[in-house]
Amino acid sequence: METSKPSLPIVENFSRRAAVKGGFATLGAAAFVAAVSPLRQAAKNTTAAEFMQQHYTELSPEQKSDVIARLETEAKEKHGVDVHISDDRPIPGTKFVYAINLSVCNGNGKCVEACHKENNHDRTTNQSYIRVIEMPKGTMDMEQGSTTYTGAVPKDDKFYLPVQCQQCDEPPCVDVCPVKATWKEEDGIVVVDYNWCIGCRYCEAACPYHARRFNWKEPEVPAEEINPDQGYLSNRVRPVGVVEKCTYCLHRTRKGKLPACLEACPTGARVFGNILDKDSNIRWILENKRVYILKEELGTKPAFFYYFD
Amino acid sequence: MSNTATTESHISSYPKFIGRSLWLATEGSFGFYAWMTMLTAIFLVGANAWANQVAGGMVGTNMTDQVSWGLYIANFTFMVGLAAGGVMMVIPAYLYHDRKMHDVVIIGELLAVAAIVMCLMFVVADLGRPDRFWHLIPGIGKFNFPISMLTWDVIVLNGYLVLNLHICGYLLYMRFLGRRPNPVWYVPFVMVSIVWAISIHTVTAFLYCGLGGRPFWNTALLAPRFLASAFVSGPAFIIVSMILIKRLTGVIGLDQPIATLTKIIRVTILINLLMVASELFTEFYTGGSHVSAAKYLFFGLHGKTALVPWTWTAIGLNITAALLFLWSGILSERWRPLLITACAMAFVGTWIEKGMGLIIPGFIPSTLHEIVEYVPSQLEWKVTVGIWAFGLMIFTIAIKTALPTLKRPIH
Repeated sequence: METSKPSLPIVENFSRRAAVKGGFATLGAAAFVAAVSPLRQAAKNTTAAEFMQQHYTELSPEQKSDVIARLETEAKEKHGVDVHISDDRPIPGTKFVYAINLSVCNGNGKCVEACHKENNHDRTTNQSYIRVIEMPKGTMDMEQGSTTYTGAVPKDDKFYLPVQCQQCDEPPCVDVCPVKATWKEEDGIVVVDYNWCIGCRYCEAACPYHARRFNWKEPEVPAEEINPDQGYLSNRVRPVGVVEKCTYCLHRTRKGKLPACLEACPTGARVFGNILDKDSNIRWILENKRVYILKEELGTKPAFFYYFD
Repeated sequence: MSNTATTESHISSYPKFIGRSLWLATEGSFGFYAWMTMLTAIFLVGANAWANQVAGGMVGTNMTDQVSWGLYIANFTFMVGLAAGGVMMVIPAYLYHDRKMHDVVIIGELLAVAAIVMCLMFVVADLGRPDRFWHLIPGIGKFNFPISMLTWDVIVLNGYLVLNLHICGYLLYMRFLGRRPNPVWYVPFVMVSIVWAISIHTVTAFLYCGLGGRPFWNTALLAPRFLASAFVSGPAFIIVSMILIKRLTGVIGLDQPIATLTKIIRVTILINLLMVASELFTEFYTGGSHVSAAKYLFFGLHGKTALVPWTWTAIGLNITAALLFLWSGILSERWRPLLITACAMAFVGTWIEKGMGLIIPGFIPSTLHEIVEYVPSQLEWKVTVGIWAFGLMIFTIAIKTALPTLKRPIH
């Protein structure tokens, strides 16, 4: 068929149909470009340098300082605030652990608030890395608890269970990440490279402690409320579309300070320290108190402990 | 190397083949153009909704930190099943040498291609940062293989896509050249694709069932259940497609494959129901906090009942469909409308059961036992329907391209 010479009218017909098809294809392509035009707005917010940026662990010291300088400039442009972003590395010979005295905690929620401010959380959603569960006495079953309690605390028949990232030694969130955007550092802190996370939220599904948060929108913090002492792997204002989590305030604790939630606690329920230090308070507590580990049966090996007097 | 017999080199004939296929795929009746225009319009609405989601953040969805996966991942999971379901044509055709099935097996393979493309689109729609997609590419990104099950899924889904593209592409190209396909170039790939089809749904189940913190998913029965339901939804879709193809294009020889697939569903739908029942017995007889999610799904928890109507609809559809398939009359040509109804019921039932009915209860109650409900937003529905429209476009075009092969199979 194809070898036989086609007569002129057929060729004409063919080219007319081809032209019509081409016309519709062009129309369709144009409509598609129009439909996805909001992407242009999104593209404006991502610079080429940010797009090409390598994984945190693969940045050379020079690249790191370039990245930090860029982020500081962006913070100035976006929020009008001079921020200082540090890159604190783990202190050798340190393994941070946290403990909360459940006999003392009274559910006042100052830790939740302090975390909110320290870590530059989105103001409109009142975000925080800490959730406090009000539990009826006589059970450790969280099913019985409430995270939305109101009224004066402590209530006689209740106790209070604050939950944040447990900095697990076997972190399921790290295992599931398809791009190694989250990992465990030498001092035990599980961190996220906010510039590498693709926002698939598999880690959020994997975490048994509801420790992870996703930036469903661009975080909003008024300029005067922004905490300018920031860390690259911790409390800098996060980009939209990535996952974040508690970092034991590594921008503070790796400088020898205490986490913000501990400093804010009026009851003294919170104890933080280096478990490798034999003389530390935390070491004494873990060796001598009755200690409870949240969801111990899952084998996540938390670096976070609850104890009783 | 043995191509000395061909008068033309592939370098010139392959582009001709592509051009010819494109031409063929865009030729059709008024009804065809209307169908494609409608799908294009729906797809454009979805594309626009997705672009808005990327520009404005995923706050446009109704997902939360408690229910962090929703309609997109639900559809993704279902689509993996649809892609794997096509293998129920491949197995009779190649392992049992069913000649009639062999003549039209390309329908199942083309469905796999369309379904996998939809899977990949649903995953991209769910990403908070699609601009960082390249981080997932082995070699240039940072691929957390073999620890992350998601990296396994990336490999098996793309592998399955390539396998099926190769098999279909090779057979159609040979048809275009008017040559007998050389089994060496496609039969080994078909055999691999059979195992591969099982793997895509197994790995997708492992995504969920490996999470210790989510008791609802943490069951060894999940992968077998996924496969059983895939072998319901896949054949159901193919049966309806075949009835339509027969009616619209006059392809003959479809009745026997339809009967074979109907008989397959007859068994798989019962296996699926058995597994659901087994799961429910274990949950409810044992009791305790492990059962909270199932309680939420079937009866509601603390007055929260968003999923209850969905679940019972799915159960009703699946049981009714199972009964219809058991009736021997459904195989007769007189009862084609009933067969279509049964297939549609099984398809929708599986879509609910394996979609929203599986993903959402994994998050409710949350790991801290908060009960935050989830109902997809309008934006999520637009994106989802847009991706479905795109998938149907691919499937329609692919079938049109394959029509000469379907009409006059080479033996």
